[in-house]
Amino acid sequence: MPNMKTKVAFKGTPEQEAELRKFIAETKNEKGSTMPILQKAQEIYGYLPEEVQVMIAEETGIPLTEIYGISTFYAQFALNPKGQTRVSVCLGTACYVKGSGDVLAKVVETLGCEAGSITADGLFSVDATRCVGACGLAPVMTINDEVYGRLVAADVPGILAKYQH
Amino acid sequence: MDMVNVKVNGIPVSVPAGSTVLEAANAAGVDIPTLCYMKEINAIGACRMCMTEVSGARGLVAACVYPVAEGMEINTNSQKAFEARKMTLELILSNHRMECLTCSRNQNCELQKLAREYGVDEVRFGDPKSLEPQIECSTAHLIRDNSKCVLGRRCRAVCRYPLWVAVIGASERGFATHIGSAFDRGLGEVGCVSCGQCIAVCPTGALTEVDDTDKVWAALADPTKHVVVGTAPAVRAALGEEFGYEIGTNVEGKMCAALRRLGFDGVFDVNAAADLTIMEEGNEFIERVQNGGVLPMITSCSPGWIRFCEQYYPEFIPNLSSCKSPQQMFGAMMKSYYAKQAGIDPKDIFVVTAMPCTAKKYEVRREDQAAVDGLWDIDATITTRELAKMIRKAGMNFNRLPDETFDPAFGDFTGAGVIFGATGGVMEAALRTVVEKLTGKELPKLDFTEVRGIAGIKEAEYDVAGMKVRVAVASGLANAKELLERVKRGEANYHFIEIMGCPGGCVNGGGQPIQPGNIRNFVDLRAERAKALYSQDASMALRKSHESPLMKKVYAEFLGEPGSHLAHELLHTSYKERSRYPGLDGEKR
Repeated sequence: MPNMKTKVAFKGTPEQEAELRKFIAETKNEKGSTMPILQKAQEIYGYLPEEVQVMIAEETGIPLTEIYGISTFYAQFALNPKGQTRVSVCLGTACYVKGSGDVLAKVVETLGCEAGSITADGLFSVDATRCVGACGLAPVMTINDEVYGRLVAADVPGILAKYQH
Repeated sequence: MDMVNVKVNGIPVSVPAGSTVLEAANAAGVDIPTLCYMKEINAIGACRMCMTEVSGARGLVAACVYPVAEGMEINTNSQKAFEARKMTLELILSNHRMECLTCSRNQNCELQKLAREYGVDEVRFGDPKSLEPQIECSTAHLIRDNSKCVLGRRCRAVCRYPLWVAVIGASERGFATHIGSAFDRGLGEVGCVSCGQCIAVCPTGALTEVDDTDKVWAALADPTKHVVVGTAPAVRAALGEEFGYEIGTNVEGKMCAALRRLGFDGVFDVNAAADLTIMEEGNEFIERVQNGGVLPMITSCSPGWIRFCEQYYPEFIPNLSSCKSPQQMFGAMMKSYYAKQAGIDPKDIFVVTAMPCTAKKYEVRREDQAAVDGLWDIDATITTRELAKMIRKAGMNFNRLPDETFDPAFGDFTGAGVIFGATGGVMEAALRTVVEKLTGKELPKLDFTEVRGIAGIKEAEYDVAGMKVRVAVASGLANAKELLERVKRGEANYHFIEIMGCPGGCVNGGGQPIQPGNIRNFVDLRAERAKALYSQDASMALRKSHESPLMKKVYAEFLGEPGSHLAHELLHTSYKERSRYPGLDGEKR
């Protein structure tokens, strides 16, 4: 999944920063503490933007390039925050063979937002997910907590329009 | 040392315990192909080109990381190994944008060489012809094309360990894995120091220097331009490698002949400017010592180091010598002293330098490097590799060229200027002058051997006119960092420090001829090339900068005294703190 640099501005608070710096100070000398630090940072901020990764690099002495390498290697880390409306297209096996790749492409095209990223206004984020357990409805897309099944690409603009105020 | 007896293709060899299969094979005179392995810095067994059959192992092993055991029988050339390596090559090539004929590394590419040796005459997988270039070219010195990258990570290793800056690494995973900087920023926006070491270790054409030879050809063809060239000390110690000479051969004579035949109107030596650097820097050091100036004073010849200091250790900026690098002094002198001597308008002089260095491409366009009438001190700078390219293009049979000498107007130099190309050389050259100036007596012995050699950090203490002068030398920015940290913690107290960005100094610069892994891993380029310079120094009658007739003339007729007003205008500069991550100012790593 491409990890694109986020288009939305960083809105971290001094409290969040203090919490992260404190956690790093407590754990950085332990072997293998990089992953817990990144997980904690994501827990605090919801994602790992450049500003946060620089903070981690600065506090731990680990090069920013390495931090970035780890954050883009593991699917558990996000470089983008979630949008007000979260669109997820299932790329699990059943959905995929039923054409969810085309559905995702249509979502990306309609919103102008790649999978794994967020629109500049922060309204929509798009993710490609693994199996959501609704294989009988394949191909499936979820928007926030609603499930849309048996989709074809042409359905996508109409569904998204309901969320575009 | 415990030794282990093994057989390589039936040949018995004895190697130190802990050696790898690759090292044992080398001891038996056999090369095993490698694309990722780099001695001391990158033993990751990633590329799978070195798969080899050994007794006692279930399958093939990665020779670069697999340790030998007593009695091991190693078969580097088994059918099984050949097949595995060929398959690996095909898979690498399936995702490699093959444009060999138009690639700057054509005929000097480790991947191409292996494909030829293994008879890969077709690529059965993928569609490499359809791959698009993936270019990063945001800096003055480097072009990266990830469509030719084999992901061996030598570049990442050299950037991380000996250089410490670690501005490139591997991002993402699977097919999306690629070499890049954090957040895929341009290299100019992450704290890159332009050293070019990544280029020197890249097995393919994924990393190359920005080619400036066209600028030089254009100037040479322009009848209104008086085109002069100066060569750095380290160039003569390595240029021969491009033409089949043994590593460590000094080809100064043939290099002069080649430059003259290329059509340069003046063939000069930056060694002379190195002597000038010693005159100015030595004087600056003595002034700092006598007048309570900021100590330790740190040398300023290496633009990679300067950029590192400005971005990573700005607190040491007051310690930097205000002297421009020898290259920049050379340019400034060409457009002032030489222009006057030769009666040529400085704006008609086009100054070229041939350097072992890619950071020089950055340095020539730094602010405050245009001493005369706002003209850049240097108009174009090319690496040793680019010089070789020009010589080949001009159809010269380098080996058959006569040995010639530099033009006398700015070609006279001393042994002190020569050794600038090796780590410790600037320190030694400075000491030869500073000690004589401070004591007023002739040095009985000119060899300051304590500061020679390839050790990353060297220290020495000299008794000079009743004063203990403590000096230190570091090469490779990781060593520079360690040394500076020691100074910061108050554990070490020096008067004078020499720092070179590249490990081993300029002889191992990022612009030097590229040697493939199978050479680099077993020959110490730093030591071999440095020998060429130290033996030239030893053979010279004049080995102290202040005894150079050219320096005497330059000061008597033009500059006045070292540190004079004119010298400051032309030969000195200033530094400033620079952000590593523009846009995220104030953030430190």
